[in-house]
Amino acid sequence: MAHGTTSVNANSPDYIAAAKQVERPPLVGNGRGFHWITEKICSIIEGDTPRWWWIAFFITGAISLLVPISLIYLVSTGIGTWGLNHPVGWAWDITNFVFWIGIGHAGTLISAILFLTRQKWRTSINRAAEAMTLFAVVCAGIFPAFHVGRVWFAWFLAPVPQANAIWPNFRSPLLWDVFAVSTYFTVSVLFWYTGLIPDFATLRDREVKVWKKKLYHILSFGWRSSNRQWKHYEMAYLCLAGLSTPLVLSVHSIVSFDFATSVIPGWHTTIFPPYFVAGAIFGGFAMVLTVMLPFRAIFGLEDLITEKHIDNMCKIILLTGSIVGYAYLMELFIAWYSGNPYEKYAFWNRALGPYWWSYWGMMICNVLIPQLFWVNKFRKNVVAVWIIVWGPNIGMWYERFVIIVTSIHRDFLPSSWGMFKPELNDITLFVGTCGLFTWLFLVFIRFLPVIAIAEVKGVIPEADPHFHGKEDPKGGHHV
Amino acid sequence: MANLFPKESNIVPIKIILCKVITVIVIILGITYYFTPKYTRVGYKPTQPVAFDHSLHAGQLGLDCRYCHSFGTVSSHSNVPTTQTCMNCHRQVKSNSPKLAPLRESWETGKPMKWIKIHQAPDYVYFNHSAHLNRGISCASCHGKVNEMEVVWHDKPHSMGWCLECHRNPEFHIRPQEEVFNLDWKAGDGSTKAQVAQGRELVKKWDVNPPQNCQACHR
Repeated sequence: MAHGTTSVNANSPDYIAAAKQVERPPLVGNGRGFHWITEKICSIIEGDTPRWWWIAFFITGAISLLVPISLIYLVSTGIGTWGLNHPVGWAWDITNFVFWIGIGHAGTLISAILFLTRQKWRTSINRAAEAMTLFAVVCAGIFPAFHVGRVWFAWFLAPVPQANAIWPNFRSPLLWDVFAVSTYFTVSVLFWYTGLIPDFATLRDREVKVWKKKLYHILSFGWRSSNRQWKHYEMAYLCLAGLSTPLVLSVHSIVSFDFATSVIPGWHTTIFPPYFVAGAIFGGFAMVLTVMLPFRAIFGLEDLITEKHIDNMCKIILLTGSIVGYAYLMELFIAWYSGNPYEKYAFWNRALGPYWWSYWGMMICNVLIPQLFWVNKFRKNVVAVWIIVWGPNIGMWYERFVIIVTSIHRDFLPSSWGMFKPELNDITLFVGTCGLFTWLFLVFIRFLPVIAIAEVKGVIPEADPHFHGKEDPKGGHHV
Repeated sequence: MANLFPKESNIVPIKIILCKVITVIVIILGITYYFTPKYTRVGYKPTQPVAFDHSLHAGQLGLDCRYCHSFGTVSSHSNVPTTQTCMNCHRQVKSNSPKLAPLRESWETGKPMKWIKIHQAPDYVYFNHSAHLNRGISCASCHGKVNEMEVVWHDKPHSMGWCLECHRNPEFHIRPQEEVFNLDWKAGDGSTKAQVAQGRELVKKWDVNPPQNCQACHR
């Protein structure tokens, strides 16, 4: 901080007061040190299982059982147990797929893009966000896999030599999607696991039971925390960040191509890739806050996930939400400005047709509600934040429903117009994936360090080699 | 830090990787061999109710395929002969043979013979015999040299890949129209080179353009 300030007397009280004013709030509150961080995070795993955890575990576990039940019913009876029929051949299943895949975007954004842009506040939220990403992608993957109808032939999507001598159609964005999502999942797993290695070693060193010690030792790949290992670790982490960064942008761009490369009015739009990516980050951050705020409160992690972190995430939601709102308005503008009657009708039908409620639900939840984050007071109030983020959570589901169903239920030929109504199996499967997502997250917070211990230690003042004790206001070199 | 594992465990990861690689290779080879029609279909050789000997009838006696399978050239389906067709000859020839007892029973009662079907195209495949037989594709290309088989077996895999192989390169199989039912025919000196040379000419002459789109066989 005091580097290179030759003309100003850095020891004057005025300077110190001014410096304090513009100083960034610390990333770890209450001046917590190395030991406290380790104790705090490890105690969640090492302590007794809280009763609320068991209750939540069984409730969400029971809900997630709806997934196998719905799928067994679907496969044994047929794809018609979803409300899909002509002309709406894509409905809740693809809506849910895009919804979950979008939620999965915040994790990689936090872990990769914020890492490359050296946003140190990412450290205390990246672990949980990445875990959330993986669980969301797991939920997402269920839908297209079963949407193919004969799920036992889903492997036809893989380019392997087979007795049919046919090859996947590489000109189809649906195939690009398969590669985009599976690459995304693989890289996210690697990224997440690489970050866990030093923390597994920390858990190992604290563990008393021999079998657990051995297990953690294996999971940490025999990590010894030597300089050489840290050097390799950081290089690996940087490389993975570099690999994941384009993925954040590409995955949802490709998901948007599923629609944009078709000729359906309402889908055939060049704005789709950036609009989808912004929407994904928007929905993803909302979900990060939705799951993070409760466990922050329950485990008392306010010093690690500080107001500053929540504030930053709210601002990202505000930014991306505004981009999404701009995209909605631009779509409407182009529907009018293009002079294309089909395009114009598609949007008129969205806003005033039989699915008007989903369109206005989307507009209110995605465009209006997040605007509350302009107000500092709302960003500083965790309860308000938690309530507001349900806007994007619900709105982003509506958005996908609006895009998919309202576009195809009335296309060029009025004789083939129709309506979509979800069947019970649509609903149970979606509710089931919500349960599965929460259940997986509960398992995660009980068995793995929810916050990256090693990384958070790296952002406290003590980690600075020039640190001279808390009383030294400059925290810098001897002047 | 005390050693949690003995020194020998250093080699365990390598062993695990090696095991995984071997397992994956074994699975791939196993599936490629045992789970394709090359294995599951080729060689199917059921015992028929009457031991009809193709090598005797179509080989030694020189009966034309079309004498019994009479609709192959005019319809999509190539029929199995009725009892009447057999009895055209067997009322006179070997009319008392105990081997033909089931045939005579069928003749007397009017109940058809229960021949066991060997070549079964799936329901979703629309295969047309006449389209192939009338454009220089021999019986032997799909059924093998039946004129040499004492008991008929499934000779070719009939997988989709196998169909497409010929649809993509018909010159390897196409032959002059008059040789379609001559199962022993070979182009020129019998070499692949001669077959391909003649095949290319025929493909060009007849403007053969086998469809490769899904709709061709799956409607």
